[in-house]
Amino acid sequence: MKLKRMSLAVAGLMAVAAPFAVAQQINAAGASFPAVIYQKWFEEYRKLHTDVQINYQSIGSGGGIAQLTSGTVDFGASDVPMTDEQISKLAVKPLHFPSVLGGVVPTYNVAGVTQDLKFAPETLSGIFLGTITKWNDPRLAKDNPGVKFPNADIQVVHRSDGSGTTFVWTDYLSKVSPDWKSKVGAGASVNWPVGLGQKGNEGVAGTVKQTPNSIGYVELIYAVQNKMAYGSVKNASGNFVKADFNTVTDAAAGAAKNIPDDFRVSITNAAGKNAYPISTFTWLLIPSHIPDAAKAKTIKAFLQWMLADGQKYAAGLSYASLPKEVIAKEVKQIAKIQ
Amino acid sequence: MATPAVADTAAIRRRTTQTGDIVARLITLAFAASIILITFLLVWQLWSQSAATRHKFGFSFLFTTTWNPVTEEFGALPFVYGTVVTSVLALLISVPLGLGSAIFLSELAPAGISNALTFLIELLAAIPSVIYGLLALFALVPLMRDYGEPFLKSTLGFLPWFKGPVYGFGLLTGGMVLSIMTIPFIISVSREALLAVPREQREAALALGATRWESTWQIVVPYAKLGILGSIFLGLARALGETMAVTMVIGNDPKISASLFAPGYSIAAVIANEFSEATGQVYQSALIELGLVLFLLTIIINGLARLMIVATTRKGSKR
Amino acid sequence: MMSGNLIWRKSVNAVMLSVTGVFTVLAVSALFLILGYLIYYGGRSLDWNFFTKLPLPPGEIGGGMANAIVGSLKIVGVAALMGLPFGFLAGVYLSEFEDKMFCPLVRYVADLLNGIPSIVVGLLAWGLVVVPTRSFSGLAGSIALAAMLIPIVTRQTEQFLREVPLSLREAALALGASKWRTIATVVVPAGSKGILTGMILGVARIAGESAPLLFTAFNNQFWGGGITQPTASLPVMIYSHAIAPYEDWHRQAWAAGLVLIGMVLIANIAARLVLARGISVPRA
Repeated sequence: MKLKRMSLAVAGLMAVAAPFAVAQQINAAGASFPAVIYQKWFEEYRKLHTDVQINYQSIGSGGGIAQLTSGTVDFGASDVPMTDEQISKLAVKPLHFPSVLGGVVPTYNVAGVTQDLKFAPETLSGIFLGTITKWNDPRLAKDNPGVKFPNADIQVVHRSDGSGTTFVWTDYLSKVSPDWKSKVGAGASVNWPVGLGQKGNEGVAGTVKQTPNSIGYVELIYAVQNKMAYGSVKNASGNFVKADFNTVTDAAAGAAKNIPDDFRVSITNAAGKNAYPISTFTWLLIPSHIPDAAKAKTIKAFLQWMLADGQKYAAGLSYASLPKEVIAKEVKQIAKIQ
Repeated sequence: MATPAVADTAAIRRRTTQTGDIVARLITLAFAASIILITFLLVWQLWSQSAATRHKFGFSFLFTTTWNPVTEEFGALPFVYGTVVTSVLALLISVPLGLGSAIFLSELAPAGISNALTFLIELLAAIPSVIYGLLALFALVPLMRDYGEPFLKSTLGFLPWFKGPVYGFGLLTGGMVLSIMTIPFIISVSREALLAVPREQREAALALGATRWESTWQIVVPYAKLGILGSIFLGLARALGETMAVTMVIGNDPKISASLFAPGYSIAAVIANEFSEATGQVYQSALIELGLVLFLLTIIINGLARLMIVATTRKGSKR
Repeated sequence: MMSGNLIWRKSVNAVMLSVTGVFTVLAVSALFLILGYLIYYGGRSLDWNFFTKLPLPPGEIGGGMANAIVGSLKIVGVAALMGLPFGFLAGVYLSEFEDKMFCPLVRYVADLLNGIPSIVVGLLAWGLVVVPTRSFSGLAGSIALAAMLIPIVTRQTEQFLREVPLSLREAALALGASKWRTIATVVVPAGSKGILTGMILGVARIAGESAPLLFTAFNNQFWGGGITQPTASLPVMIYSHAIAPYEDWHRQAWAAGLVLIGMVLIANIAARLVLARGISVPRA
């Protein structure tokens, strides 16, 4: 009799505890650039599969690579592809899965300026090099006739953490400005000549929003969601292009057809008259061998979903969906995950 | 007269209570010793995990100004500079304010009010760092950017410390937030030190015709100076290690600049910002070595503080 | 001449004494300013969502910090479970079993540990727990917090046990009680109010810590899989939400700040009240 009551109690307890017990916890960390759509995806995926919690922490691309290397996360995310040297440090080779396309925009908060500003490559590199220090500099006025600039110092805001967004920005500046290339160069973390450092796309956007006469670089969605002004940039064909779904897609069009098998490619300063010059793929870094079979199954299922239904969320969140050639190739890569 | 049986029972009871005492002593000793173990583990961790940069750079790590994770060149100087500058700034503000308040609370205020106000001020010490950061970010930074720093620039702009663009974020704001965080320590400990000064000292001064202020400033305060100095070192130790409040307002730029308006970086802030993304042995080791430097700094300052405070209480109790 | 000097000295006296009064008012008003800000901005933002909902993806309104509140309770709870008995027993040793060489060393090291910046303690827990287990976990965070709690509780326990009058111990020993029985049944209960105060203040202190959790407990958007997984906590959430650009997240940061400071202040006031009721045994 006592045994029966005890077993009933245990069964009751298990029924109550079951939902928590069964939920599968997958940990990921990395780039803040795509964090907005990633959080949306993981939330939506959880609604579809209530037992799967994919916990993503936006700590920067550098963080994603570092945590993947030390094995504390199940997969990472980065807007800059891993270098051969970084890959060699991992026991298990990582696979790069482009997840979405996005654009890095110059966002600014200038007193009295309501129009969209146009930035030539030399102007952007000058501002971030510290050679253009005031908003009413003639070089800015040249591309923006009719705009009344205040006589104020330009407050530059950049990233303080290791950032794929920084890599894309500096990669672009290195391509268009030999001065930038020799003095600073491209990287996830560079020696900034001027400016304030903040953490994540979130930190840069937050600071530019609150600091008058400031300029920073963020992924498009951060400027859009916070109703911040962002400018257009002159592309390789000489047109001033503003980042949006179409212009970013155009930037990837050329690379899509010839994308390398490991998907590591840079599309900054792409050819194309309507291409947005500071666009990029962003990648999920998935280990090619995942020892936990249940996790491997879930991750592969998520990747399938991301390449199909997931892409539908891109436009609404100011990212661009992947070209279909790339998607087709990636679906094949999923099979490589053991 | 104890019969053999009773004598045996008594002996048994003595033995069991002795065993009980021994066991109690051993158990509590084990826990007390573990405190030493924890600290030892900490030092060992900091030492061994920073081996890569210690071997690569040696002592020059402390004097190099480059911080370049890409080329793996690391130097501690910008962070030591930022840490020291913000802490010194904090003390410049909090010591006069704190000492003045301590004097008021110990000499002038009636006991009841003094206790109540001290209680309130000590509550300031209990407020978490991240909340100070929250307030500094949303209330202090705009204030400094729109009013404080422009004012300083217009009046004292000829000094090298007040030149350059005004961000709101920066060393000055970092120092200000730290000053509010160190004040309760200075007030609390200084007040105790002042209260410990024997009455005879004050009465003698007043009897000689000194004003209240003169008695306080020229007799009582010097008498308590060790304790007051101890409180300053205690506040300094706290300021050196503050993380969250500082990292939210200091500007996070590993540069050394003369201007207080410029963004800077402190040791604790860089560890907090960059640790989770430190790729590679050398980068991680550099950050841990910074942690080691901070650890050593705080031990030395805390140790000095303790010595001074202990010296004061001993001095006071001699009477 | 003499009276002129006297007038000068008297005015200096008046001025300086009022200046110190002003300084005190400034110091105290800092507290009220801080509380005022939190109550105003936090109070406006506290709503049912905050306490019951999980964080939503960036840019969406209506999320909350339910998981952070529960996570903080878990992490601090486990830290208290580990740290309180530890600190208490260590304090008993320091107070009751005097050892000429060892005790001063332990005291010195405990004070040292007390003064170590919390981020460095976080590094310790990272090296000891996160690296070998290759996982961020609430447990690692708890261990970091426990390491901070122990020296606080140790010193407080020792201090209040020392204040128990010698006559009490001697009376118990004279009645035939052994040392450990004396400690357990007489001395500790006598000092219990102070010890409890120390414990409450210690737990309140670690509940607000954010730095040691940054790379131990990490953070979590969801409920998480338990204490061995990354766990959300209020202080870390406040930090990440405060530096983000979203107005809604700022709102939530204020609300979380208010909740956190509410807990910390209530604990502090409760602890002082407990202490103010005095030691349970009148002094001999």
